[in-house]
Amino acid sequence: MSALARETPAPQGEPTEAARAGGPGTLSVVGALLRKELLVELRTLESVPGMSLFAVTTFVVFHFALNRSSVEGDLAAGILWVTLLFAGILGINRLFVADADQGGFDGFLLAPVDRSAMLIAKALTLLAYLVVLELVAVPAFALLLLGPPLGPALPELLVTLALGDLGVAVIGTLVAALAVRTRARDLLGPLLALPLLVPIVIGGARATSPLLALTHPQGPAARWLLTMGLYDLVFGLIAYALFDFLLED
Amino acid sequence: MAALQVEGLARHYGEREALSDVSLSLAEGQTLVVFGPNGAGKTTLLRVLATLLRPHAGQVRVLGSSLPQQAWAVRGRVGLLGHEPLLYRELTARENLRFHARLHGVAEERVHELLEAVAMSARGGEPLRTLSRGMVQRVAVARAVLHDPALLLLDEPHSNLDPAAIELVAPLIGAGSGRTRVICSHDPTGALAEADVVLGLRAGRPALLRAAGAVDPVEITELYR
Repeated sequence: MSALARETPAPQGEPTEAARAGGPGTLSVVGALLRKELLVELRTLESVPGMSLFAVTTFVVFHFALNRSSVEGDLAAGILWVTLLFAGILGINRLFVADADQGGFDGFLLAPVDRSAMLIAKALTLLAYLVVLELVAVPAFALLLLGPPLGPALPELLVTLALGDLGVAVIGTLVAALAVRTRARDLLGPLLALPLLVPIVIGGARATSPLLALTHPQGPAARWLLTMGLYDLVFGLIAYALFDFLLED
Repeated sequence: MAALQVEGLARHYGEREALSDVSLSLAEGQTLVVFGPNGAGKTTLLRVLATLLRPHAGQVRVLGSSLPQQAWAVRGRVGLLGHEPLLYRELTARENLRFHARLHGVAEERVHELLEAVAMSARGGEPLRTLSRGMVQRVAVARAVLHDPALLLLDEPHSNLDPAAIELVAPLIGAGSGRTRVICSHDPTGALAEADVVLGLRAGRPALLRAAGAVDPVEITELYR
């Protein structure tokens, strides 16, 4: 037997491994994993409060470091997206820690389930963290730093944030799954995530900049939204293709 | 039919050989007890049989399916009780078992039934981190048999359990459970009494493989010298 011998995957169009093994459906497993993730976070409060506090503190630091009471346009968009990115990295770093430290991976791998359920559940968990983070960070940003009123820009800003969050959730889950099994997981996670997330930040900042202009605010440039959407899709497919291998021995 | 059929199994971690040239056969319903000093490869053997580690050489058939190619057919038919309870500390015993029940497609009633069986119903609503090690081990036993596995892989299953708790879990993981079992142990007298076949490992290689009736406890003691 070769050291590279692997499990035979279900061929295209054939029943999934879970179905072949008589296991529960993917949606049911995603539900169970998501419920567990949220329960653990509610009990420990290890991720979301830290992410939110980091974002608010960063805005305060920018407020004093720039020595300006208000920002707009490119600068405002840049500050918002970079702060959200770094706050998101904190959540990415914690995403699989409980599973790695408490045997959750083994418990999951012993079950006759479709392994992509974990990718979906973890990405949804990270997405939920990011949404809560933004519920705190965006109003704090408007209060502490933003010059123009947030209200008129809000609907389009939400669309831009949603596209950014999707990308961060998918890429973050992929990177966290890779990093958590290494000894240098706290270092490797951000080192791998940051370069992959740069296009999301560029797209997000460029799309947000016209929304936050002081004079003649405009809608987000459609090409940047399209770029972000395409990037999300490509990484969604890459994550789906690779995730099984990341969980394997 | 053989529940386990292993021929020339090898597994390494980087340059270090954890298992080498391990061959054995175990019939359905029988118990294999694995002895060996720390680092002999006992846990690695269990993890290979549980589909958590890929064999690097040799042929491994578990419950009629080849590993790693047909690992999907083995998962869900194996119950693993290792050094780690595979339970989340922040969740209660009941929540942990419910979570695993959903992963295995097992009905909720089974959770209540098993909490009763391991005498944890009264403490089932408390987070695991607040329970003693013995209580956590009892919940881990319930987790390992939740899906009624055909094969039990037990790594020192009685660790942290007091004599009363050992009696309590016996119907679930003991000889009377009727399951095929592989047990890693350091207790020659206790484990030998449960064994049909004995495997002794030393530095990842088989040093002893024989029917339990033909094994002298002194031979097992020798493995540790």
